[in-house]
Amino acid sequence: MALTGLEIFKLLPKTNCKKCGMPTCLAFAMQLAQKRAKLEDCPDVSDEAKEKLAAAAAPPMQKVVFGTGDNQVQLGQETVIFRHEEKFYSPTVLAATVSDKLTGDDLKKRIDAVNSLHFERVGTKIGVRAVAVTNDSGESEPFVQAAAAVKDAGDPPLILVTDSAEAMAAAVAKVSDSVPLLASATPETAEAMAKIAKENNCPLVAKAESIEALSELSEKIKAQGVEDIVLSLDGLSIRDQLFNLSRIRVLSLKKVFRPLGYPTISFVADGDSDEQTAVATSLICKYSGIVVVDTVEPHAFLPMLTAVMNIYSDPQKPVQVEPKVYPIGEPNADSPVMFTTNFSLTYYTVESDVEASRIPSYILVVDTEGTSVLTAYSGDKLNEKTVADAMTKNGIEDLVKHRKLIIPGYVAVMSGKLEEATNWEIMVGPRECSMLPKYLQEVWK
Amino acid sequence: MPVPEVTDSFTGSVNRITLGATKENGGTRSSTVAVGGAQNVVYGGSTEDAGEKPVVAMDVLDSKPEDWPDALVKPYKDVLDSPGDWAKMCVEEFGAELICIRFEGIHPDKGDKDASHAVKVTEEVLKAVGVPLILWGCGNDEKDNEVMPKVSGAAKGEKCLIGTIKEDNYKSLTAIALADGHFLISEAPLDINIAKQINILASDMGFPLERIVTFQATGALGYGIEYAYSIQERQRIAALSGDKIMAMPVICDVGYESWRAKEAKLEDAPGWGQVKDRGPMWETATAICLLQAGVDIIRMRHPRAVATVKNFISQIWKG
Repeated sequence: MALTGLEIFKLLPKTNCKKCGMPTCLAFAMQLAQKRAKLEDCPDVSDEAKEKLAAAAAPPMQKVVFGTGDNQVQLGQETVIFRHEEKFYSPTVLAATVSDKLTGDDLKKRIDAVNSLHFERVGTKIGVRAVAVTNDSGESEPFVQAAAAVKDAGDPPLILVTDSAEAMAAAVAKVSDSVPLLASATPETAEAMAKIAKENNCPLVAKAESIEALSELSEKIKAQGVEDIVLSLDGLSIRDQLFNLSRIRVLSLKKVFRPLGYPTISFVADGDSDEQTAVATSLICKYSGIVVVDTVEPHAFLPMLTAVMNIYSDPQKPVQVEPKVYPIGEPNADSPVMFTTNFSLTYYTVESDVEASRIPSYILVVDTEGTSVLTAYSGDKLNEKTVADAMTKNGIEDLVKHRKLIIPGYVAVMSGKLEEATNWEIMVGPRECSMLPKYLQEVWK
Repeated sequence: MPVPEVTDSFTGSVNRITLGATKENGGTRSSTVAVGGAQNVVYGGSTEDAGEKPVVAMDVLDSKPEDWPDALVKPYKDVLDSPGDWAKMCVEEFGAELICIRFEGIHPDKGDKDASHAVKVTEEVLKAVGVPLILWGCGNDEKDNEVMPKVSGAAKGEKCLIGTIKEDNYKSLTAIALADGHFLISEAPLDINIAKQINILASDMGFPLERIVTFQATGALGYGIEYAYSIQERQRIAALSGDKIMAMPVICDVGYESWRAKEAKLEDAPGWGQVKDRGPMWETATAICLLQAGVDIIRMRHPRAVATVKNFISQIWKG
């Protein structure tokens, strides 16, 4: 939690010695608060003050990265409890498991299945972002083999899942240059696991059955020199997991309780693909930094990934679609042309209703900076000029033979000016786009 | 280092309401459904603060739907033109806790059926099932004003949830719901201020705020769910901070919205998995997301999604 200038001032020597270059300690404190000065500039500051100031400057939730290169993923640094306060910072990493019980073709097939979980949604690539190799065999050698096989297949960010320090050491030795996340250290294995993490410079998961035990464990691991920690609640029902994840979020962000100031990881192994999707979706919404699932069904991943995308979108910035012409169905030179705005909600509603009409059409999306039709019109972002410009820019004249433009019913008032600006016949569409199917089927014809 | 206490300073809670009237209470329902009562945000505080468990209301249409995707038609193919049998199937086979009759067929563009038809459907469903009912108009103000009061009368004393009232069309339905002893759904287009306004308008007509459920509009996963999610979270926080105008339980329309999504409908989408799985999953994930923000009644359609969502709810909420 950042300190105010006055709070910092109280920690300074208050001698106004000017050695820092500022006329007074208060002025220096103000500069510190705005991060324009460094504490080192004050030669007389006490160790206690140094510690307090350093602690206050650190983010309440630690940043943790694993993986390398373009595939590297980043967790943590969250600042709020509710998404309407501010954008959630590090989108949940969805990971799928690869068991080390698999060998040969089965192993390869599984890895391929995991690696194929990539999709494109509204122009953005989304997909599985880490692979969790699980030590189900209980032995070191298969674990090493499976980890190596996953690494060889595209070097995705790895999560090594084992409770055995021996197996962990063996696998890390093989893939340490991929900077895997080591999962997990328990209160029993903390020392051994922390040693492996420290030697190989890898982040480590701390796993315990309660918030209290978890706090102790993370402190213990930190004391061993491992700073990059991810928290895992183990052996709890999904209800207790969700309640505790919320409590961790509040304790780390609102109470700045450092032992819990780390991102979290959750494992969803129980139940079929449908149940896993349900549980994983709740964990995505409620603060899990990484969610590991067993299912590799694309029909399960697509909604989970979309949930991450939606929950982690910026609440201050309306989601926009690219302003261009969208062909719906397979329109031709005789198909209807209509326009709407680039506010994603507006566009999707129109798109869905045009699709429902089963009349192939062109939707021209005018850039209104992500505002809806009425808002854009009142804000003068939707007027005869912006529409005419969008028509020219997108070559509407060459797309269709006719010269008829359907406009949203809410902006019927702009018909006259738009007709002058474009020389197109303006047809006023319905106010509610749920009436579009009927309009297209009856009025357009 | 001891873990600090987390204390919440909430002064309010979500209203608790009981839908449906049994014989003792002047109705014919065999069961009632209590919703609301949360005293904290979702997963905040202790499990006791979570209030009543959220419930699933399954949609029954008054007329056979013409535009439903195959995957959604399949489980209902033999009952789609018999609302009574349809409702019975939802309750007995799929565990619907409420039935929502959606009167789509009265819409001027979707069949333009009259009040006598709507009344007949209502009576049929009341007879076929014992769970409380939700009676939901077609969205065309004029037609709803003509038909829904008759529907309300046909279910008089059953303590149904009837809607929706909107900012510019609330008077006739509010009056009749008051007279017939029903609960009201107030609808706002993802706008907290409009939501408040409608509740005030209904209240000014003498309708008790404690008998209102709010519908803030629903966006499906991938189609604006983030707006619904945040509005729902903000409404819960407002309720907890003592705002009586926003202390209503919340209903959302997951079935209709999620089955409009391309991901649920598109037959041929290589790499997305089979369409028969995608629809139910889209509906499931939409419902689960909204549950995290705080909703009390979820309108749903596909039995597979209903089963998964009910199973999830039973693992989280007590009772």
